[in-house]
Amino acid sequence: MYRTKFFDHVILLIGVFIMVAPVVVAFMTSTHEAADIHRNGLSLTWGGHFVETYETVLTRKGGFTGKITGLNMMMNSMILGLGFALGKIILSMLAAYAIVYFRFRLATFFFWIIFTTLLLPLEVRILPSYEVMNTLKLTNTYTGLIVPLLASATGTFYFRQFFKSVPDELLEAARIDGAGPFKFFIDVLVPLSRTMMAAIFIIMFVYGWNQYLWPTLMTTDEGFFTLVRGIKQILLVWVGSNIPDYNEAFALAILAMLPPVLIVVIFQRGFIKGLTESDK
Amino acid sequence: MTSGTELLPAPRGGTGTDGRRFGALRLFGGKAKGSEEAAKRVQFSSPYLPYLFLAPQLAIIFVFFYWPSIQAIQSSFYLEDPFGFGSTFVGMTNYTDVLKSGEYLGIARFTAIFTTLVTFFALSIGLLLAVKADGVIRGNATYKTLLIWVYAIAPPVAGLIGMMFFDQHIGPIVELARWFGWDIKVGLNYFDTAFSMIVVSVWKQIPYNFIFFLSGLQGIPVAVREAAAMDCRSGFRRFWTVILPLLAPTAFFLLIINVTYALFDTFGVIDVMVKDKAANNPITLVYKVYMDGFRGNDLGGSSAQSVILMLIVFVLTIFQFRFIERRVHYN
Repeated sequence: MYRTKFFDHVILLIGVFIMVAPVVVAFMTSTHEAADIHRNGLSLTWGGHFVETYETVLTRKGGFTGKITGLNMMMNSMILGLGFALGKIILSMLAAYAIVYFRFRLATFFFWIIFTTLLLPLEVRILPSYEVMNTLKLTNTYTGLIVPLLASATGTFYFRQFFKSVPDELLEAARIDGAGPFKFFIDVLVPLSRTMMAAIFIIMFVYGWNQYLWPTLMTTDEGFFTLVRGIKQILLVWVGSNIPDYNEAFALAILAMLPPVLIVVIFQRGFIKGLTESDK
Repeated sequence: MTSGTELLPAPRGGTGTDGRRFGALRLFGGKAKGSEEAAKRVQFSSPYLPYLFLAPQLAIIFVFFYWPSIQAIQSSFYLEDPFGFGSTFVGMTNYTDVLKSGEYLGIARFTAIFTTLVTFFALSIGLLLAVKADGVIRGNATYKTLLIWVYAIAPPVAGLIGMMFFDQHIGPIVELARWFGWDIKVGLNYFDTAFSMIVVSVWKQIPYNFIFFLSGLQGIPVAVREAAAMDCRSGFRRFWTVILPLLAPTAFFLLIINVTYALFDTFGVIDVMVKDKAANNPITLVYKVYMDGFRGNDLGGSSAQSVILMLIVFVLTIFQFRFIERRVHYN
């Protein structure tokens, strides 16, 4: 028994090493000078140039046109992540509310219309989506960046499941007390959904922040670049030089992963719950 | 799965099967009670309110889902004039051109192999770690945190880190391989590039599978485990005959998610790792759609490929649902 436990720990430690080491190395290496990395390779020790490198990455104007800083890109990522998460929650709560709590003729039809979107990911319709955005003149706008990503039923599905699990008695009681649809939604359903909303918010924020393909298509103006989207362009410029700025590339990668990683680690419990639990 | 990991509630312990795909399929498979199931005993009735609440979501879905989807199908039957003067109806030509192209078939073959390997390794490593983490008591929470946090890293960022680890000058993995006489040249050698892409893609997906397998394992009642422990001394056999069948719904759900991940979400990994030099490098079908549509300006061909991908996604889900589900033990 003791021995099996020992091997369990060995396997887990190997797993942890594989998952954690690359990122630790990336961070440590980012604190070294570029020439140093070029000579000695990646590093597991502190290089002492943390402040300079990160300051450069955040404030120096980079990219092809030389007008975007890391800080700008971080702001754009934040706008995309927050906008997407909030939009998703609002849209899908309203739609789920209509589907679950109202009796109307076209309910089944709309239900299908919405849930069909679960079958086709954005990736299989990128080009026509891009054409549509061009027609609507939405390229290089925050609207174009965020809104098309909202065209899927995931959140609605989620809230529908949750609303169905809310006891019927609550609605009956609320109606006896004379509460209308708006009052019931705001005073009963929204407070009840708080943990659910938080869990979805975390998942959707991470999802929005980490978008790559869509921002790549939608934003050609570097002023709209997100960190994740900008990473390749910036890299091509930096790493193209004689002594590649590996440190800055790594610093950028660390910055791009920092907010979503922090959120997932801090709200781990809620995040896992939101991800894995459906019937509550 | 649109960039795959924006996910829905998944099965826990072996009770439900509500994932994005599942949820949808249950409806399409006619198994669910559809919206009737959603109906409350008491409901509001209002001539306009439900439409008002649905309007924003429907508007966005129509403009950004149905319109482009229909456009994709439509333009797959047309040949766009290279100078932008309208287009000609060409029937199935775009499809036959695509399916006859040796390059396309090669990419399709690579995509199949890539998807199989990524799915297999990501699932099995995730399962192994989950089983071990479920078994230990000491340090359980720490292991969990350390094993899941990579979930939050975006695929292209993972690709960037991977690129550095496979770098010719500074990459530790390249150095390690050199010891064994293997000279890894990512970006130059087809096989090496494919290898590094698979490693990075698997690495990125392990946490996701770990989370679901672990919560599936923790959903298995203690009584069942104890009974199994009494009946069967061999831990390995117990795992195969008792635990794994109970995990089947979770594994089934994850299978679909992982296939979708490998097909679509690895775009970021690939794009960063091949760095615009797709010519001799391994790429997947989604990357090809992107290349042809945005670099090659081949609207018809790219649309035809999009439609083929749509069909693959459709067939895949229906196949999974119809055939595999019967062999999975739901309780």
